[in-house]
Order: sequence, then C-alpha cells, then structure tokens
Amino acid sequence: MVIKTEPIILNIGPAHPSTHGVFRMRTTLDGEVIVEMEPIFGYLHRSIEKLAEERTYTGFIPLTDRLDYLAAMSNNLAYCLTVEKLAGIPVPERAEYIRVIIAELQRIASHLIAVGAFLQDCGAFMTPFLYMIREREKILDLFEMVSGQRLTYNYMRFGGLSQDIPDEFLPALRKFVDQMPSYIDEYDQLLAENEILLARTKGIGILSRETALNTSASGPVLRASGVEWDIRHADPYSIYPRFEFKIPTGMVGDCYDRYWIRIQEMRQSVRIIKQAMKQLPPGPVRSTVPWLIHPPVGEAYAHVEAPKGELGFYLVSDNSIAPYRCHIRGPSLINLTALRDMVVGWKIADAIVIFGSIDICMGEVDR
Amino acid sequence: MIGFNYSLGLESYGRTLPPDWPGGFWWHWLVFTVIILAFVMTVLLGFVWFERRALGRMQARLGPNRVGPFGLLQPVADALKVLIKEDIVPSQADKIVHWLAPVVTLVPVLMIFAVVPFQDGALLVDLNIGLLYVVAVSAVPILGIFMAGWASNNKYTLIAAMRDVASVISYEIPVVLSLAGVVLIAGSLSLNQIVLTQNTPLILLQPLGFLIFFIGGLAEINRTPFDLLEADSELTAGFHTEYSGMKFALFYLAEYAEALALSALIATFFLSGWRGPFLPPWLWFLLKIVAMFFVIIWMRATLPRIRIDQLMALAWKFLFPLALLNIVVTAIEVLVWPEALPWGLIPVNIVVAGILVLFLSKKFTLGWGRIEV
Repeated sequence: MVIKTEPIILNIGPAHPSTHGVFRMRTTLDGEVIVEMEPIFGYLHRSIEKLAEERTYTGFIPLTDRLDYLAAMSNNLAYCLTVEKLAGIPVPERAEYIRVIIAELQRIASHLIAVGAFLQDCGAFMTPFLYMIREREKILDLFEMVSGQRLTYNYMRFGGLSQDIPDEFLPALRKFVDQMPSYIDEYDQLLAENEILLARTKGIGILSRETALNTSASGPVLRASGVEWDIRHADPYSIYPRFEFKIPTGMVGDCYDRYWIRIQEMRQSVRIIKQAMKQLPPGPVRSTVPWLIHPPVGEAYAHVEAPKGELGFYLVSDNSIAPYRCHIRGPSLINLTALRDMVVGWKIADAIVIFGSIDICMGEVDR
Repeated sequence: MIGFNYSLGLESYGRTLPPDWPGGFWWHWLVFTVIILAFVMTVLLGFVWFERRALGRMQARLGPNRVGPFGLLQPVADALKVLIKEDIVPSQADKIVHWLAPVVTLVPVLMIFAVVPFQDGALLVDLNIGLLYVVAVSAVPILGIFMAGWASNNKYTLIAAMRDVASVISYEIPVVLSLAGVVLIAGSLSLNQIVLTQNTPLILLQPLGFLIFFIGGLAEINRTPFDLLEADSELTAGFHTEYSGMKFALFYLAEYAEALALSALIATFFLSGWRGPFLPPWLWFLLKIVAMFFVIIWMRATLPRIRIDQLMALAWKFLFPLALLNIVVTAIEVLVWPEALPWGLIPVNIVVAGILVLFLSKKFTLGWGRIEV
C-alpha cells in the first residue's frame, strides 16, 4: 500500500522565537524535510535611507545606530568614513586608533551575540547565550564609558569622535583584553568538541564557494566558504594596515565553519586591540568641522568590515546640507540571499540552525 | 504478628506488610493514594524550584529569588498565576480531545508511583509484574501528547505530535530491553523484590543497562537533548503551543512528574532504591531521586538538542544493538557464574560496557544528510 502524502506549508515567523526579529520563512514541508523555502521580510521597514535625505549629514548619525543595532559602532564608522571621503575631512591620528579599538570591540560583542544565538537555535537551553551575554556586558560597560549609551552609541563624528575616551577607559579595556582570551578558550572547551553540536552543524547547510561568490555574500559567511576576503585587508580603510592579524577562513562552508570563524575572529580582534592600545598616540580626537557641512557635488562609497560582513554607504551630494541619495549595503540582507540554497533539502531543525549561522540583524535587513 | 496477603485479582507477590499496619486493603489503598499524590505534588513543586535555581546557577544568573526565602514560594506563585489565566481553546480545535489530552498525559505518570517502593513494603501495591506495569503505563502519556498535538489543529503541534510518536515508539524498545538485564539478575519483576536483591547497586553490575535506560528514558520524557517536541527554537512550544491556563499547567506538571518518575525508577532499578546506611530509607530514596534529577538538569543546561533523524538513528542503530548485547552478556553471566555475581563481575561488566560503547560508536553514523528534492 502506498500512503498518499502531500506537502504542508508552514510559516516560520514572522513572530517566532528563532527568527531573530520579524523574519518569515514560508517553507513547504514534506514531512520534516524542506522542499521549498521563500524568505519574506520587510516587517521592520523604517525607510532609513529615505530619512537620510530629510536630515542633515550630522543628523543621520544617530539613525545609523538603528541599522544593525547589535553593532552600532560599526555603522557609525562606515557612515562617517563615507562622509569624510565625500567632503574630504581629515581625521586625527588618535581618533583613528580609538575608532579601530571601538570597532574591534564591537566586532567581539556582535560575534558573541551571533554565536550565543546560534547555539540557542541549536537547542542549547540559554546557557551559551547567557555566558556570551556575560562577556558582552563588559564591552557594553566600556562603550558606556566612552559614549554614555549601551546600545545606540552615536559616538563617531565626521573627522573624529564626539569626545575623547575617559581616563578609566584604558585600564578597564586592558583588564578586558587580558581576560577575553581565557573566555574564548572556555567556549572552545565547552563547545568545540561537543558531539551533539558537531552532529548538528558539521556538514549542515553547506554554502559552496561559487554560490557564496555569486550571491555576493560577505563577512564570516563568505570566509567560511573558503574565500579570503576581508575589507580590512582587501581594501584597507582607517589604519588597519598598521596591524598584524590573520583572516581565518573555513574549508567546507558549513554551519560549524561559520561558527568557528566567529570564534577565531574574536581572537584576532583581541590581537588588534592589544596592538592599537600599545600604539595609541596623544592628541586631539576631532578635526575642526562645521556643524553643517556642504560636501561638494559628487558621490562616494565607503565600506567597512562590519561584524556581519561588508557594510557600505553610498552617498550622493548636491552641495546641500543633506544627502541627495543615500544607499546602504547591509551585509545581513545580502547574506540572506543564499539562504534558500542552503536550507532546501534539510530538515526544519537544520533550517533554524542554518538561519542562525548566517547571523542577521533584522534592523539591517529591512532598514 | 498478622500480615496481610491480599490479591487484586492478579496473583500478587504477597509480601507481608509491616505488623503494625492497621486496617485492610482499602484502608491501605486510601492512605497510599494520598501519600503518593502528596509526595508527587510536593516533590514536583520542589523540583520546579530546584530546576530553576540550579539552571540559574549554571547559567551565570541567580534564578528566582523574590517570592519567599530563596524564591522557595516561586512554584506556588506560578501555580496561582496559571490558575487565574484564561483558558483559550482554538476555534478549530477538537474540543473534547483538546480538553482530555492534559489529563491523559498526567494521570499515567502518577500511576507509575503505585508500584514504586518508598521503603521495604511501603508501596501502594506490590505487583508481581510491577516492572511490566511500569513499562506499560509509562507509554500512555504519548497518547495524551499526540492527542494534544492533533486536537490543537496547528501545524507546529502536529509536527511535534508526529515526532513524539516516532521517538517514543523507538525508545520503548531499548528501554524495555535494558530492563531485561535487571530482571535477569534480580530474578523478579516486583519492584520491591528488585530492590531487596540489590546488595550492590545494579548500576555497577549493569552499567550498560543503566546507560541505555537513562538515555532512552530521557528521550521518552522529552528532556534535553531529546526535547524535540517542545523545541522552542523550532516549533515555538511544540505540542502545547495552543494550551494556556490550567491545561498548560497540567502539561508542565506532567513533564516534571515524568522526570520525577524517571529519577525514581532509576533509583529503584539501578541505585538500590531505599537502601543505604545510616539515614532512614525514605530519605535515601529521596536523595537518590534528587541526585538523578540533578543530572537531568545538568544535561539540560549543557547540551544542545539533536535532530529527529539523529534521534531515531541513535535508538535503532546504537541503543537497540547495545541493549540486545547487554541481555546476551547478562544472561551468560547469570547462567555460567551465578556465584561470582556481586563483586567478581563488576569490573568485567564495566570493561565490557566500555568496549561495546566505544566499538559501536565508531561503527555508526548519526542521522542522514541532505535529501535531494
């Protein structure tokens, strides 16, 4: 006897514990196996790009915090770099160093959330997530020292920073940098050889090198597929050429590689922060810039290696106080385009894990 | 010195009760029903608090500490909260089945305790087929869970229900087979008798059986890493997605009652039940239960969840052959060296268990990969 079966359509999201916001996967299931998947997003659209045209250049900085709210400093940095490129604003040496330190701290914080949430998606009941949160708190404390905020910092300005770091920042940072490698070792000890974690992530959701390149994925997702592409190295900005660091790349492009890359990048970030702390020069943290800037007519694109991938801002100026057009290349959105290729043929549980391993932030996907 | 030999229509094992016991069987029945219900409910409240506090400590946070001293009254507050919550039934649900499901889930779990001895002879009824009864009754809650999943008329609950049936049917087999080793050594199916024969805890003589029973038991009661049916990251809340108020509380209670039952059964079968030096028997029993429950909490705090195909593969390709081998090894030992049983065979069995587990785990792959569609 042949049992007649038919596929069912299951909406995972938009309000679902592991869609990391309001994302919806419309999946067609054959039993537990996903035969078709359609990502649906836009629930969090706030027209941030359009808002940029309605504001002054400076007035848009706080809004960039709301893009990838888990890595607000990187957004600040990318936007400020673009405007500096557009208007030709110099940045003092000390500000560059502090920017690098802050950006790398932000990378660690974002990766901690990424790995924690990924393991939460694997089904580990809160424990890894809360361990990661514990370390992230220390970074947030550091950010609170410099900017007064814990999530949306609004710290960087054109030509530097809003203010210099306070005196107690560097000792606290040194303490954190000394502790962090041991914490990462702890994660490795607890997770890297966990049989169940390996069974759930090794060989799951493989993103081939070709597909990764064709979908123009970036960041840890691309590097896990074996492409050595890191903006800090490929198209250096700020003062990154002065630092020594490795670009970890994966071999297979599965969920485990994406997880492993994030752990390794945290180590490299700590390394960069240590070097930057040693070289940190005295001096001003902001060059003289008028409150309202009128960049010359033209356009500029600048990109940074944000924790989730290549974050770029494209600005067109018509010599007024607001950009004529602002476009944001959000890595979360572009990395999502590979999702369908990765999840089809796997089970529901795998789809959740694969989705978690991409590490998206809906604020950046929908903008 | 008058003891009661009573039978329940079944040919009961017929142990004499302690001599000072007043009244006949029905009096006994009433007292023990009350004792069991009180014991289970009190311990459950304690477990809820214990799990939340222990999880909190393991997760670098405090856990509930506001209601009462050390948050001890937190379960009471939770219970009051769910009692006054609205009971929502989906409009398209099968109302009767939806209503019945929590009851069908909770009651059999309570029934397991009818044959679990709290100390020598202190149990509701000493069935001579006690172990068989436990196995049979403990399989009923899946029916309740499946009813809940089906009646809710929700795709998530349906998937959870299917997972539940698949996993429990698979894990019944290794669990029952692993208990066969216990029966072979104890020579009885009565739980009281099994404890009485355990001069050394059976976990030493049956390390492999214990391992299989523990893993299979975890899968049957749906605790981490086998909590696929309420996989919150995949199926929102699994089978009880559409439940609220007191019905949800019953599921919640049933989940903890199952954990308590598993701990009690492991204590009885493998940790020599109430027996132990110095302390009173009931305290020993409770201590062993709490120790086992702590291990379960510990695993919940540590491990990620495995996938449904991996779950099935683990049952059929790994635990099932191991359980069969365990029966063969135990049977040979009981037949050939009955006099060597207590001490001589403990190291032998531990070594055999280690070798078998290592050998088989090298030989098998967990689950399947991608399916071409």
